[in-house]
Amino acid sequence: MSKITIPIGPQHPSLKEPGCFTITLEGEKVVNAVVGVGYNHRGLEKACEARTYIQDLYIIERVCGICSHTHSTAFCQAVEELAGVEIPRRAAYIRVIMAELERMHSHLLWLGVAAHEIGFDTLFMYSWRDREKVLDILAELGGNRVNYGINTLGGVRRDLEPQMADEIRAMLDIVEEQNKYYIQLALSETTLAARLSGIGKLSHEDALRLGAVGPVSRASNVDTDIRVIDKYAAYDEVPVTAITDDHCDVFGRAVVRVLEIMESIKMIRWSLDNLPDGELTAKMPRRIPEGEVFSRTEAPRGEDTHYVRANGTDKPDRVRVRAASEANWHSVKHMLEGDYLADVPIIIAAIDPCYSCTDRSIVLRSAAGERVWDWAALRRYGIEHYKKQGFDASKIKIAERKIIR
Amino acid sequence: MKRSPGRIAGFALKHLLKKPATIAYPAAKLEIEPHYRGKIQYNADDCIGCNLCVRDCPASAISIVNVGTKEEKKFECHLNLGHCIFCAQCVDSCRKGCLSFTPNIELADMSREALKVKL
Repeated sequence: MSKITIPIGPQHPSLKEPGCFTITLEGEKVVNAVVGVGYNHRGLEKACEARTYIQDLYIIERVCGICSHTHSTAFCQAVEELAGVEIPRRAAYIRVIMAELERMHSHLLWLGVAAHEIGFDTLFMYSWRDREKVLDILAELGGNRVNYGINTLGGVRRDLEPQMADEIRAMLDIVEEQNKYYIQLALSETTLAARLSGIGKLSHEDALRLGAVGPVSRASNVDTDIRVIDKYAAYDEVPVTAITDDHCDVFGRAVVRVLEIMESIKMIRWSLDNLPDGELTAKMPRRIPEGEVFSRTEAPRGEDTHYVRANGTDKPDRVRVRAASEANWHSVKHMLEGDYLADVPIIIAAIDPCYSCTDRSIVLRSAAGERVWDWAALRRYGIEHYKKQGFDASKIKIAERKIIR
Repeated sequence: MKRSPGRIAGFALKHLLKKPATIAYPAAKLEIEPHYRGKIQYNADDCIGCNLCVRDCPASAISIVNVGTKEEKKFECHLNLGHCIFCAQCVDSCRKGCLSFTPNIELADMSREALKVKL
């Protein structure tokens, strides 16, 4: 049978953000898949170097629209460690409550998107309606529906008042009841199981080999939960159970996510009951001492890592973000191969991809082939490019930077 | 739970009689939390012109200008709503408490110039 290559994306109805998947088909079967990302590069890491740590907080928060809190937590942790500051316990607990609320809304969002991809729009409407309730609470706690802005260097910006705790508890009761129905649905609805079982297979060994993170790896029975293996914020006190499943397919990922919502509800209730009193912020210096630090958190999509290098000024020397989706692209390629074309959208959606979180670098493609440039070469290219447009940038002085290998 | 296709049917029928979960904005009024971070408010009386808010603004949206003399200072706050990201960091940075946020979110306008406001 002859092979045919089709592009899915960068603009495609089944993709919510731009990404290009070049699929080679043999009949209906996918024999090769090439993942192409990089359409959303925003230069956030570079922008961080030109701004102070306080200003970076709001840039870092905008790396991802869904898991904004987890990114700012990772960044704050890194800077706090560099400055040698320990945050108050109450602040750590509020960070945990926010993180778990965020996980709830992210997983409910995923459930809706996944249902929509398989043509189950009723479930999509229901889960998004419940997600609204979580978003309302997040807006009340943080001050915004998406970029909550609750984290600050050295603690949190807002307190959790007792009447808010009651509202959260009331919301949790409603969402818990709805979620019990979704669990029942995920575990026993035959149409859902028939559509999701056996597609996007990722064996336990492959998940380890390809470095899958988050619910994708946990659905392949890999026990990787940063909240358990590298406890941060208040997770050393809050009881956490990592949910794993051995289905190793899209169905398993759905099960892991709906069960994780239940786990989050339990954790928020526990944190609200055991919320310690005290200060909200610890005093932070404006200038951060020289050093480098690597910090990680468990985003709803998996492990989120931040690297921060400080040079003793009030601006960071280098910030590097690796969002969870970036770690899962290798698994996507592996999962797509061998499945049918009709399953491609749901397999991609099953990792809960976040394209703009992923895009971190630009590779120049030309007739001469691909090139990866260092800082000096990139600067020379920029000067030449602008010279052609009648603007001479070579006189502008920039600080010497170390080249990262 | 009984294993049958269309198990969601009962659930769907139950919801047929319920009120819609959505709000017909802008025809209906949107309920905004009092803690919501909207447009900021400025109280010029307490301002000392330290410019900490200007220094910390991630979007360079805020500026404080002295419209009085060097001896008799009178400050004005200018905000570019098109640049503002409504993070309220300026409110946190202000040592004198002359900045505060309001839940006012209906700020859209047809012209860019109208977005540059004096607080």
